Order: sequence, then structure tokens, then C-alpha cells
Amino acid sequence: MRDQTGLAPLLEVRGLQMHFPITEGVVMTRKIGEVKAVDGVDFAIARGETLGLVGESGCGKTTTGRCILRLEKPTQGQIIYDGKDISRLSQKELVALRRRMQVIFQDPYSSLNPRMKVGDIIAEPIRVHGLERDARRRRDKVRELLSVCGLDPKFVDRYPHEMSGGQRQRVGIARALAMDPEFIVCDEAVSALDVSIQAQVVNLLEDLRERFHLTYLFIAHDLSVVRHLCQRVAVMYLGRIVEMAESDELFDNPMHPYTQALLSAVPVPDPRVEASRQFRPAKGEVPSPINPPSGCVFHPRCPMAVENCKKARPELREMRPGHWVACSEVH
Amino acid sequence: MPPLLEVRGLQTEFRTGAGVVRAVDGISYTVDAGETVAIVGESGSGKSVEALSIMRLIPNPPGRIVAGEVLFDGRDLRKLPEEEMREVRGRDIGMVFQEPMTSLNPVLTIGRQITETLEQHQGANREAAEKRAVELLEMVGIADPRRRLRQYPHQLSGGMRQRVMIAVALACNPKLIIADEPTTALDVTIQAQILELMKSLTQRLGVAQIIITHNLGVVARYAHRVNVMYAGRIVEAGDAEAIYHDPHHPYTMALLKSVPRLDQPRRARLDPVEGSPPDLTKLDGGCSFRPRCRFAVEACGQSQPALETVGAGHVAACFRSAEVAKAREIAQESAA
Repeated sequence: MRDQTGLAPLLEVRGLQMHFPITEGVVMTRKIGEVKAVDGVDFAIARGETLGLVGESGCGKTTTGRCILRLEKPTQGQIIYDGKDISRLSQKELVALRRRMQVIFQDPYSSLNPRMKVGDIIAEPIRVHGLERDARRRRDKVRELLSVCGLDPKFVDRYPHEMSGGQRQRVGIARALAMDPEFIVCDEAVSALDVSIQAQVVNLLEDLRERFHLTYLFIAHDLSVVRHLCQRVAVMYLGRIVEMAESDELFDNPMHPYTQALLSAVPVPDPRVEASRQFRPAKGEVPSPINPPSGCVFHPRCPMAVENCKKARPELREMRPGHWVACSEVH
Repeated sequence: MPPLLEVRGLQTEFRTGAGVVRAVDGISYTVDAGETVAIVGESGSGKSVEALSIMRLIPNPPGRIVAGEVLFDGRDLRKLPEEEMREVRGRDIGMVFQEPMTSLNPVLTIGRQITETLEQHQGANREAAEKRAVELLEMVGIADPRRRLRQYPHQLSGGMRQRVMIAVALACNPKLIIADEPTTALDVTIQAQILELMKSLTQRLGVAQIIITHNLGVVARYAHRVNVMYAGRIVEAGDAEAIYHDPHHPYTMALLKSVPRLDQPRRARLDPVEGSPPDLTKLDGGCSFRPRCRFAVEACGQSQPALETVGAGHVAACFRSAEVAKAREIAQESAA
């Protein structure tokens, strides 16, 4: 897969599968089943692009991100990062890679060490990786990172509990930038923030992407934020990508029945629009990934399902240029 | 006809290490029978404390309701003895909270939690209560209610648990339901199911609702009237249409502008409300939104603006509300 510029993508995921075993017994451990958290996912991200990965709890979006960061070892599939398959690398071989890939988590409360000062939190990765051995220059770099992230450099001497949620998230971003990474996984990075603060952090992420030529995988459940921050969006359901397209194309022309149900469920902050909107929430709930439905995993909840949907698993097909849909009933 | 609920000058304080925080600072509003009123605000704006104050569920210490009246159906709830207040909770006013896992008792079956309410408040016997519980679960869209009655909360999904909470809240035919972030913990398709269910049930049964939320989309979809809270006060209140299309408070306007909308094309930059919410221990005598407000003038630092009428049933607490509305009109014209 090539991007528009004809360059190879920074990241390519092929047939990614992450099945977690369910075991029974303590001494004689037996595998009695598996959770198919990610079940055959393919996508690519071009350099400088932001790809949104959306879906509801348990759809596998976070696990996909963790596999790419190699916090999990996928059970199958390839993760090609800058031309090299990293899916089978050992922990030792991964060290160099960790510098180039970083992550920003949802909850700045639990992802910052409460006993460390902000300056030390940001300096730690620089020190551990030996990027800057001189303590004074390390401190200068930390101050610079804070100001790049819109925080007063005086914050180096504060503790996380002395800061607001928005400020803590900026510290999390500064820490991710400390390694001069090229790729950042943002896992629900703005979900815990209040509306007025959320917009500030979204703008910061966009500024940083331009300034440092970053590439983002933006994992989120808030579809409105995703529409505005991401160039392309992939929708996941029960471990699979069901639709993928450019952001405006996906939100203006959703083709997969699941995407349609998902979008129709999001209320828009405008009573006039809401009064005239068609509203049909999907019936039922997401089935268990331990024993997912046969064929198309969405068929039990799908208003368009026909007999064949129970049998054949639909693959992603390109219905319009750049718009991929995994549904056999979309023509 | 008098309103079903009238809150007058409600004030709730908390003692903290950093000093006394007035989390709710003189709030007044009404809810008519059968109406859905939203209270919107961000974390720390006092919206949940306000709801808990109505129910007298503020833990004391550190919290204390210091002033105000809560007139419900002709009685001041603040003056009721605790015994009678217990009767009001769950019978006249039902509650739905954000996290159904923590508000349902984990060691009681679903059935017992519903029948307990019925036995407590309506003196129903076991058999009648169980029959009614089955009806209630059916009403909130739970399939196979007889089997579910014997299950425990952990055996249910988040959406199911919230349906059970709604069944408990509706069990004694209340006149009012207070729902505090009822769908915030749920996925968006489940959120939609739950909100539609609450809407149809409250309409059918003529129950009034107070929905407390930070989600401006949910408010636009479900509320008749809206109260916008900031730093413990209502800064603007009115019909949903007026709040969204003719805001007169700079906070309301800025908040609406900062939310990305699913129905609008991608834009590279959002318009955030700059700065952060105030520290409630360090409020001065002026308008608390002043440091973040682009309309602020000297007068805003000298006294706190009171709610003034700016339209039919529409009030805003801003000295510069006329300029705010004018600026919005100009911006809208230049956009068109």
C-alpha cells in the first residue's frame, strides 16, 4: 500500500491478530478458550498523517495500539514500521524502537507518578535512554518541552496533584515528546478532559504534529473529536475494521450499517438539528469477543442482514476511491 | 399552577484544607411537572453537588447546605425531618447515577433491589412486589425479566445495569427523576438506547426530569430548558433553543463554540475557551468567568453580575450580555 506521495507508509499493519487465552486451573493450566480482541486488522499510516481508530468498548482499538507499541506480542500478523517487521522483535531489540514510538494515555492521574516532580517525570526517559547525559542540559530540555506544551517552565518543581487535569495531560504530552519520537499513539488522550480544555489539547496536538512532523494513531470513542483531528478514520467492531475512509467522507457518507448506527447515536449540540434528525439506535449490545457471531460479526444487530451474512466473513472492499467497507450488502 | 420543584437561593459549602469552598453559590430555578430540565457545566461547576443538595445527600462533614429553600410539591424539603425525607427519596423523587455498578448493591439480586424499594415505600408484600418488579424490568426493555431478577449486578452489562437503575427509580411512580450523568460511563450506542428509553418512559408516565450532564449534544436532544452552571452559579438559563441559538453569556457562547460537531466538516483548529476554570477557594467579589472572558471590562471585577432577563424566559448573569449577543449576531452574519 502506498500513500498519495508514493512513499512507503511509516506504519503498516497486516492481518494483525491478538487472541488472549482463557485458562482454567492453577497447577495444570489448560486453555479453555480465547478472547479474540483483534481478529485480522489491516491498515497503513503515512508519515505526518493522523489516523483515527474508533469504536466502542471492547472493539479492540486499544489492543491494536498496544500491539503496535509492542506492549503485547500479537498472535499473528505483521507490523511493519519504517520498512521493518517489528511484530516478532525481542524485548532487547525493541529498546531502540521505543525511542521512536511513544504513547499518550487517557488518564493523566494514573499515568504520572504522584511522588515525582514534573521535571523528573519528563527527564526520566531522556536519562534512561542516555539521550542527554548532562544534567543541566537535560533540565533545559525539560523546560523547553514544558513551554512547547503550553506550560510555564516553573512547573518543573511541581507535583502532579498540584495541577489541573488539562495541565497534567500537557505533562503527559511533554513526556512523550522528550524522546523526539516520530510516531505517537494517543489512546483516548483527550477523553477525560472537560469540553473547554479538550479543545485546547486538541489544538496543541495538531500544532505539535506540524511542528515536529509527527504521525499519530488517535484512538478514541468520541467521534466528534476524531472528525476534526484525523485525516483518515477506521471504525472497529469486535476486533475487525468495518469501514475506513478520509474523515469528511466517512462522516458524510457512512456506508457500513454499523458506522451508520454509531453516527446516528451521537447527539449534535444543536436543538434544531436534533429535532429533525433520524434516530435509530442499533438494537441489542455488542456480543462477546470470546464467541463472536459467525460470518459478519455485526449480523445479529444489523438491519440489512441477509442469510449469507451469517456464513461469509466480508472483507474490506474499496467502494469509492480511498473508502473501504467490509459489508457484502453495500453496493 | 406552581412548579413541581422550586429551588431558591440554594447554597452548599465544603470545608477543605484550603478553606471553605462554596460549591453551590445561590442557585434558583424551577422544574414544571412533566418537564425535562438540563443542568450543564464542567467538572467542579457544582452541578452534581446541587442535585445532591436537593436530595439532602451531602455528606456532613465536610459539606453543609447553608441557605436556600427546596420547594417540592408544596413542601420545603430542607425543613422535613430525616424520616420524611427518606420517604421522599425513592418514592417521590427517583435517582439515576452515572455508575450503576457502584449505586447498585453488589450482594443483592436485581429483584431484591427493586422489591426492597417497593416494600419500603409502598408497603407491598413480597409476592406483589415481585410481580411489579417483572413489569418494571419489562418496561425498561430487559428481555427474560424473571431470570434477570435472580441475577446479581456483576452478571449484567453496563447498559443493562443502567436499565435496572431506571426501573428502581421508576418503581414507586415518582413525580421527578434526577439523573446525574446517566450515560457518561456508557458507549455511545448504549447511551442512545438509555436516553431514548428515559425520554419515552418519562413522557408516557408524565415524570419530570432533571438531567445533569456535561454533554451538550445530549442536552440539545432531550432538554426543554437548560441551566448553564459555572463556578457554583447559574450563569444563563432559558429554553434550549434560546441557549443554543441566542446565548447571552460569554461562557455559554464560548462553550458552544469549543465543542467539535459531528455534523460539521473537519477544521484544523478548534476554538477553545482559553485558560482554566477558577479555583473555588480563591474567588473574589467579581464575575468568576472574568479571567477567561474576552468581553470583560473593569466593572466585571467589582461586583458579581446577577441573573437579568434578556428574553422570554431567558436570563443571563453578565454585565455585557447585550454586547455578547450583538457580537454573536455579527459573527453569524459575516459567516453567512
